[in-house]
Amino acid sequence: MSYGDVEAVRGIDLEVQRGEVFAFLGPNGAGKTSTVEILEGYRKRSGGEVSVLGEDPERAGRRWRERIGIVLQSCRLDPYLTVRESLQLYAGYYEAPRPIEETIELVGLLGKADARASALSGGQQRRLDVGMALIGDPELLFLDEPTTGFDPSARRQAWETIAGLRDLGKTVFLTTHYMDEAQRLADRVTVISGGEIVARGTPEDLGDRESRPARISYREGGQEVALETTTPVQTLNELTGRALAEGRELEGLEVTRPSLEDVYLELTEQT
Amino acid sequence: MSLVLHQFRYDQKAFWRNPASVFFTVGFPVILLLIFATIFGDQTVDVRGGIKTTTYYVPAIITLSVISATMQSLAMSLVIAREDGRLKRGRGTPMPPWVFIAGRIGNSIVVALMMLILIAALGRLAYGVGIPWSRLPAIVLTLVVGAAAFCCLGIALTAAIPSQDAAAPIVNALLLPLYFLSGVFIPDDQLPSGVVHFADAFPIRHFFEAFFDAYVPGGGAAVSWGNLAVVAIWGVVGALLAVRYFRWTPRSG
Repeated sequence: MSYGDVEAVRGIDLEVQRGEVFAFLGPNGAGKTSTVEILEGYRKRSGGEVSVLGEDPERAGRRWRERIGIVLQSCRLDPYLTVRESLQLYAGYYEAPRPIEETIELVGLLGKADARASALSGGQQRRLDVGMALIGDPELLFLDEPTTGFDPSARRQAWETIAGLRDLGKTVFLTTHYMDEAQRLADRVTVISGGEIVARGTPEDLGDRESRPARISYREGGQEVALETTTPVQTLNELTGRALAEGRELEGLEVTRPSLEDVYLELTEQT
Repeated sequence: MSLVLHQFRYDQKAFWRNPASVFFTVGFPVILLLIFATIFGDQTVDVRGGIKTTTYYVPAIITLSVISATMQSLAMSLVIAREDGRLKRGRGTPMPPWVFIAGRIGNSIVVALMMLILIAALGRLAYGVGIPWSRLPAIVLTLVVGAAAFCCLGIALTAAIPSQDAAAPIVNALLLPLYFLSGVFIPDDQLPSGVVHFADAFPIRHFFEAFFDAYVPGGGAAVSWGNLAVVAIWGVVGALLAVRYFRWTPRSG
């Protein structure tokens, strides 16, 4: 898959299950948006096979667009239309749209239904964006970096909205560069870096986190001691046994596993 | 077709709530007419054997209003919507692209017709410039052909505008000089013939002549077919360029 002379992504192999929240994770410039735009039918690919809801997005028509919803990475709203009007306008594009008021409630804009888009905060605008993508009652929703630039409380609210989509039985294709977002929302995560997939799995087992060495650290005579072990129980037993026998404390004793963040940084570092 | 009406309704709402579009499309022509009539009101213009200045300026300002409501307004608003990502979002829905464009063109033509009524009424009430009712079919025909052609040119022009900030300068740099050279601002009896010949190479002059012929009796046929054909050809060229070069995705960012 390439555009212009630059090959953006290659050898990407993805499969998203119906009804899951799938997170496509990677640093800026990793090829996330290129991939998503191919799936959304915005961008032509130079090679490979793509099937979204059983159709090739490059050739799919109106019927296919009835079944998907798209939240673009950066897209403003018509500043002169209200929340309700923006949703009504988009509802008119679909054969069987969701009820307007229910959608307003779903994205948490009940008190703002008659406010113009220009009067909404950044987080509220983004939620209206999500509402417009949902108004056609799609089976599959693309969310491209839905919370980039949000303050923590706006992010939390957006997360609640997205988590609510899974309960509606929607399939969500979420693009993000936030590890915690993927961890919080996704059933499965795939990590892309430098245009190639570097890891895939559930947020829990991503990058074989479970089988990685644990890190044990403590202070001895004012010196920081750290060691890595694949058998933390045994190592701890030896350490503490010796300390007990010598009648001293292991100050600042800590056993840690690599966090998802560590794994992610490590995975995306080399490129 | 009902989808076009749906789109048109919301385009109308957004248009009338936008202070910039209302000022430049509605307020500005009215102000221009008041200024020209106040400054040059007592003079006569040496066309058609001598007519009042205001009789000259009413069709001139209607010409400007039509171009402003179509080419100028569309080029600006479409570039803004494109760079906002709003056109791209619309393309992600089942709405056929032609519906969106048809809604916008319909919006522009309706505003142009409203400006015809507004400026004609103002000319009649404030300056006694008669409304040639018997020529109404010719007036409406000329206006609609011109409006459609300048819509196509405005949509084509968006391809040459790289960003939101560039929209107003590019549109004004094209239109303002041509308004002067085509006799819209300065009566053409005061323009050197070389200037008018130069202006003849562009559609504004032809549309102005066609509309002037329709609006001011005494110059022969009400429909100036030759001028209208030139305008229509420009429109077709604009449409072809628009089909080829119009883009839905932002150029920057």
